[in-house]
Formats: sequence, structure tokens, C-alpha cells
Amino acid sequence: MGSGTSTQHHFAFQNAEKAFRAAALIQRWYRRYVARLEMRRRCTWSIFQSIEYAGQQDQVKLHNFFSYLVDHFTPSSHNERDFLNRIFTEERSPQASETQNCGDYDSIEVPDSYTGPRLSFPLLPDHATALVEAFRRKQRLHARYVLNLLHEARKHLVQLPNINQVSTCYSEEITVCGDLHGQLDDLIFIFYKNGLPSPERAYVFNGDFVDRGKDSVEILMVLFAFMLVYPKEFHLNRGNHEDHIVNLRYGFTKEVMHKYKIHGKKILKLLQDVFCWLPLATLVDEKVLILHGGVSDRTDLELLAKLDRHKIVSTMRYKTRKENKKQAEEKGNANQTGSAGRPSPWFLPQSRSLPSSPLRPSTHKAHRAGRSSSVPCGVPLDPKELSRRVRRSVDLELERCRQQAGFPAIKEKEEPSSSESEVDSDAEEQPQPTPEEWRQVVDILWSDPMAQEGCRANTVRGGGCYFGPNVTERLLQKYHLQFLIRSHECKPEGYEFCHSRKVLTIFSASNYYEVGSNRGAYVKLGPELTPHIMQFQANKATHTLTMRQRISRVEESALRALREKLFAHSSDILVEFKKHDKDETGLIALSDWAAAVESVLHLGLPWRMLRPQLVSSLTDNKLAYKSWLENLAKEKLSQQNIQSSLLETLYRNRSNLETIFRIIDSDHSGSISLDEFRHTWKLFSSHMNIDITDDCICDLARSIDFNKDGHIDINEFLEAFRLVEQSCSGGDVSDCPQVTNSSNRDCSSPGAH
Amino acid sequence: MPSSRGSLRPRDGPASLMSPPLAEVAVAEFHKKIKEAFEVFDHESNNTVDVREVGTIIRSLGCCPSEGELHDLIAEVEEEEPTGYIRFEKFLPVMTEVLLERRYRPIPEDILLRAFEVLDPAKRGFLSKDELIKYMTEEGEPFSQEEMEEMLSAAIDPESNSIHYKDYITMMVIDEN
Repeated sequence: MGSGTSTQHHFAFQNAEKAFRAAALIQRWYRRYVARLEMRRRCTWSIFQSIEYAGQQDQVKLHNFFSYLVDHFTPSSHNERDFLNRIFTEERSPQASETQNCGDYDSIEVPDSYTGPRLSFPLLPDHATALVEAFRRKQRLHARYVLNLLHEARKHLVQLPNINQVSTCYSEEITVCGDLHGQLDDLIFIFYKNGLPSPERAYVFNGDFVDRGKDSVEILMVLFAFMLVYPKEFHLNRGNHEDHIVNLRYGFTKEVMHKYKIHGKKILKLLQDVFCWLPLATLVDEKVLILHGGVSDRTDLELLAKLDRHKIVSTMRYKTRKENKKQAEEKGNANQTGSAGRPSPWFLPQSRSLPSSPLRPSTHKAHRAGRSSSVPCGVPLDPKELSRRVRRSVDLELERCRQQAGFPAIKEKEEPSSSESEVDSDAEEQPQPTPEEWRQVVDILWSDPMAQEGCRANTVRGGGCYFGPNVTERLLQKYHLQFLIRSHECKPEGYEFCHSRKVLTIFSASNYYEVGSNRGAYVKLGPELTPHIMQFQANKATHTLTMRQRISRVEESALRALREKLFAHSSDILVEFKKHDKDETGLIALSDWAAAVESVLHLGLPWRMLRPQLVSSLTDNKLAYKSWLENLAKEKLSQQNIQSSLLETLYRNRSNLETIFRIIDSDHSGSISLDEFRHTWKLFSSHMNIDITDDCICDLARSIDFNKDGHIDINEFLEAFRLVEQSCSGGDVSDCPQVTNSSNRDCSSPGAH
Repeated sequence: MPSSRGSLRPRDGPASLMSPPLAEVAVAEFHKKIKEAFEVFDHESNNTVDVREVGTIIRSLGCCPSEGELHDLIAEVEEEEPTGYIRFEKFLPVMTEVLLERRYRPIPEDILLRAFEVLDPAKRGFLSKDELIKYMTEEGEPFSQEEMEEMLSAAIDPESNSIHYKDYITMMVIDEN
């Protein structure tokens, strides 16, 4: 032992300490890095959700608008009346008679060149399996078989009760799946991972099979096929997207018309009916209640079991004109919120005294609004008087006017023939649902759970409620249930428990917002009905990415969507900026930037957190806002012919415009006249207090009519937005199963039609 | 590792050196930032967050505390009887002070590089996977297995099974902004 050794020890100790501290530093730094990633992930999620819900609110507003039109609008000319009539008469309840539908597909010939799957009825299990396999290989089912299958499905569904009763005595396991939203890959994955349906393997699919994804048709075909093959073990619940009006906006209508150009309309019509025959809920062993949205403090399972679910065509349906004339007369001035439980649309003069932004509290999570009256319109009316005779005579009158005005007879194909059968089925015509029945159904299809006690109107979605743990508890006790399974909300992990594990949300569309955004999940109910969750993500690419890459990719997509929203409101934002810049320096402090942007967009996003991703350069900690706005526009301005201000208007109202287009295009021809477009748009924008001059509207319409033929073609229309159906940009497009299908527009594979 | 006991520092930090109006503006802005970050994790919209997420919030506000320092901060904002939740009312003033005093500043790139170099005395320019694992899970404030795996997935060059730390730092820093 000498000084040498102790020095050695000393150095050794010092080195050890240095290493220790170096390691600690690196760890400290790394943990901060991870935290920032996590924050970015959450913010990205907020962006997607807030934009999605804002879109849903738009949807509600749009349909309130149309209902309002129907209620109050007095057409100033034959053109207008005719035009409105054309839109709304399509919305009549589907025929009860079966004979009419039978003829729908028998006459359709399947060419020999067709190499897609062929179905014969009654279906056998092998057929259903073969169907899955065919779709997996990207084949398309011929329209004849689609109609046939839908027809058979309808026959089966009609016999089912509103609340399906399932027992675990028969099958050994029950698997419950949530929203699929047209994502066939997820369905195929579930069958692959969990096994195909069989008498021993029961399935419940909890609604929202369609819209958004690109294979809604195929999903429906598979689900209905298995339902027919295993009627006792395979169950479907209706979701809020099993609704032809919602489909107009969210892509299913578009998909059908695109894939089935000739017979699409027939298919849509039959689907309209099939959707309303879907059961509303499934009850397992009388203990586990499965339904799409949720419940409310008024949910009455007995009432739900008894009502005629077929009467509820859409949870957002607007009434026909004639119904409403009757209503307007009958109800006089009774537009108050409390009267007979009939809510008044938020935009009517009386309701201006309601909270200022009825659909937009300060953050999209803040469930602070009291029970408001902003629920989807379309509360149906007193049934009896709306006799077809009245309608028919009005039709005849209109026809006469039309001819007088020199209009070409509009090819309302079903109109003349159906008026005959209408007379026959007059006696069997379905009465309208009562307001209470309608509300019960809306509640179970649209509600979301919340953490706080109580029950409040779901102002974010515009329909149904937010229900608290006490509501759940009361319901479970009242009906002696163990827990609730619902879907309706996307969750990052594909599932989420709440209300002390009494409510399970299960969501089966993985990568819903973007590749890598979330997992999908399904739940198996084991003995004693204990839930076992299985998660998945149907895209191999995501597995090879690091967390950082996954988050970046999703984030980029969210930011793109957000920048588009910012662009769409540039004018309003500029006005707000200027308010903060009285001295006209052209600069704005970041704090003011955040306030200004939020006051225009109302998305409730953490703008300061997002700022680094949205604002790149600062001078002196301030933003030169004009050039910032200009940069936002530059991303869009390459669109020919359309000036930036018009483009902005287009983007701001994109979804509404597209929906309006489809509503106007009631015969799904894919084209509407400039006049129709302009006219509806004028009404809509004045109604929504969108500040837009007549000239501007004309310009808008004319700009969209790219080939200048006086008509707006849906493709032209979509082109105006450079709509890329799936944005797989920034990553390996080849790895994505969900590769963009914009090139499929002219697809003419043998399986088409 | 002893924490720096930030909470016991005297309370006449930089804020008191600013002229009053500036201090107010700064505080107001900090309040908004803190509120925003807090709300991202306030899942029940009742002004509370799970205590396990507080670290993420604090770090995303620009601070880089060690685990020990974080622990102390949490002790300051927790309830008398810890409930597992942190209330905004308690969090705000403490966090404001942290920001005003510019505590727990992030680590500059060059210091980070030097830390790696300490662990690589032979100056090879890289650490082997095993070495990295050893240091990160045995020294300092050890990583959990999850943290270690996540770091490895991005940091390790699969061919050489090592981390070239200079490149790694550069990549991470670019990614930050």
C-alpha cells in the first residue's frame, strides 16, 4: 500500500464518478427527448380529433340547414320549387313491397368475361370464405350478386329483434369488433388472427362498417355473407354510419357509385333499406350489452326493444316538404326548446339566445354546455296526414309547371312507377317514429362516455349525449347487466375502459387517421364473460419504424390537415392578426398569434405547443404574419385558374360543398348544373352567414366548371381540391397496403359493375 | 445522485430583476403555456393530471430536470395526502417559478457530446451496444427496460451493433426542430 495505489484509487474513483455523471446527463437528456415526442404525439391526436369532430358538427349544421329549407323556404319560382322537390322527394322511406326489389337483380346479366366471385343462394360457408379470399385478391363482386346478397340479407334482418339475444351456451367464444370504416385489411386481419366465424366462434360487429375507408362495399358483403351462413352466431349492430345521409358526406356513397357505375343507384337504394333493418343492440347472456355509441339517462331498453326500428331511416333525415307544410301549420309558433321535447334548430331566430357557439365550447373536450337543444334535426312528425295522395297531387302540379316552363322532364326514374305501387301500399305505409323513439335510437348510436357524473347533450358531435359513470351504473343496475361494450370513438390503443371498467370502448380500424396513428383491437368474452383484449395494427410498415418515425409520419399528416384549415380561414385570420398589430408593423407576438388563430378556428388546440411545427421563422420573437399566410397559400395555389380567395372559400367549405353536391345530384349522375350549384350554395352561405357576394359565387361555380359545359362534374369538383384519397406521402408508399386509389377511377377490371 | 434542491433556492430570481410590466407579461405568457401543456393531459377536463404524466409536461415546457429533481418538484405540487393526481392550482405557481428562474436548462449539444466521450475514453467515436446498455442501465439514473429498448431501436447501427454518438446526437437534434 503506497501513495501510488491510493492515487490509483483516487483516479479510479474520479473516473467512476465521471462516468456516472456522464451517464446521468445522457439519460436526463434522453428522457426530455422522449417527453417531447410524447407531447407531440398527443398534440397530433388532438389535431385529428378536433378536425374530425368539427367536421361532424358541420354535417349537423348542413342537415339542419336542409331541414330548415324544407320547413321555411318559400320558393320564389317554379325552378326553385322544382329543384328543391327534386332533392327531397328522393328521401322517402323505402318501399315495403318485396316484389319490386326482386326484379332488381334477376334481370342483370353477368358476362362470361367476369372472373370475380359468383354467389348462389342459399349461401354455404365455403362461399363466404371464398368471398373473403376473392376480396383479398382485390376482386370485385358483380352488381347482380351484390344486389342478390343484399336482398337476402334484408330478408334475414327483418326477422331479427331490435336487441339481439346471444347466449354463450352455443358458441364457446364470442368476439366483439368495433368500427371498421371500410378498412378491409383490418377485417381480414381479424379473421386471420382470430379465426373465421363458425358455430363455435361467434362474432358481433358493432356498427360503422362503412365510410372513410375504401372498401366499405367489400366489408358489407363479407359481413352479410357470414351473417347468412351462420345466422345464430354472427351478429351485426347498426352504427351511426349505417345511414344513407351520413354516407353522402363520408365516402360510402361515393365508393358505391364509383365501383358500380351502372347499378350503383339501385344498390344504394337497397342499402338504405337494409341499414334500417340492422338490429340496434346485442345482449350477451343477458349480462353484457353491446351497442354502437352509448346510452343516456333516458335510455329505455324496453322501448328500444318494442319500437319499429325500420321507421328510423336516418338519424339525420330531413323531412319531405309536404310533411313540413303540415308541421308548420300545426305547430304554429311553438318553436321553444321545451315544447313537447321537440328541439328547435339552433339557427332559428328564437334560438339565438342560446349559448353563443352552441356547437363549439372552448376546448373540444370541455363538456361544459348544459343540456342544449342542438341535436340533429329531422324530428319526425305526426304520421297520419301525410298522405301520399297529397304528395302525388303536388308532384303532378309540379310536373305541369315544369313542362310549362319548358324544362325537360326530369328523369325521376322511380317516380312514375312508384306512384302506382304507392297507392297500393298506402295502407301498409309505415308511420313515422315518435320523437321519443327517435331520440332513444339517436342516443344509443351517437353518445360518448365522459368522466364527470351526469348526462349532457353531445355538442361536439351534434347528436346523442355525454353520459357519466352514474348513468352507466344506473342502467346496469336497472337491467341487471354486468357491463357495456361500445365503439364509436377511435382510441390510440384500439380500446379503452372507463367508468370503473363498466364501459369498454372497442375500435377495430387501425391506422384510422393515418398510418401509424393508432392500433385496432377486438375483445373476446371468455367464461364469466371476462373480456380479453387483442390489439393489432394492420400495416407491416409501422412495425419497422422507430417510435420517432411513426410519430413524425402521423404528425406530418395532422399538420398538413391543420395547415389546410389555417389556409381555409386566411382572410379571417388576417383580420384577427391586424387587430393585434395596430401599429401596422407587420409583426405579431407569438402569444397574440395563438389567440388570434384559436379565435378563428375554435379547435381548442394547444397552439403554443404546436407553434414550432407551424411557424418556422421568427424575427425578434415575433412573426411576420403576411408572409406566413402567403406561404400557407402557396401550398394550394398551384391549382389552375382559381384565385386564392376563392380557393380559400372552397377549402373552408369543402366537405359541405361536396355533400351539397351529392344531395343535389339525387340521381347520382355525377353531374349537376351550374344553376343548381349556385343556387344551393347561395342559400347555404346566406343561411350560415358566410360572407360571400353573388359575383363570387358565380365565379366559384364557373371556376369549378373546368370544361365549361355549364355543368359541374363531380370529378372536376374534386379536382378543385386536388383531393388525394389517401396521403401516403413521406413514407414508403410501396409498403402501405392502403395505397392511394385515385388511379382506380377508370378501373375497368372484369369484375367491375 | 443528489438533486440540486431547486425548491430551496431564494425566491428573488430573475423575475424580480425585470421591470414590473415586463415581468407581468412574461408571467402571463408562461401561464398560458403551462395551461396549454397541462390541458393536453387533463383527460377528464377537471384540471388534474395523473402524477405519472407530470414529468412529460414539465419536460415539454423546455425544462430538463434529472429524475431526482423531478421527484422533488412533484413533491412540491402533490397534495398533502398524495392522491395520484396533481391539481392545476398547485402546479401553476410552482411551474411558473421554474420557468421564470430558467431552471433545469436543456443540455447543449457540445456538453452532450463530451458526456459520450467520457464513456468512450479510447476515443473510438462509438460505443458498442453492450457498453451503452451497461452504462444506461447500471449508471446514473438507470433506464427501465422499455426506455433502453426504445433508445436502442433508434440509436444502434445494426451492422456494426454500435452507436456512433456524434451522428446520433446530430440526428436527434435536427429532429427536435
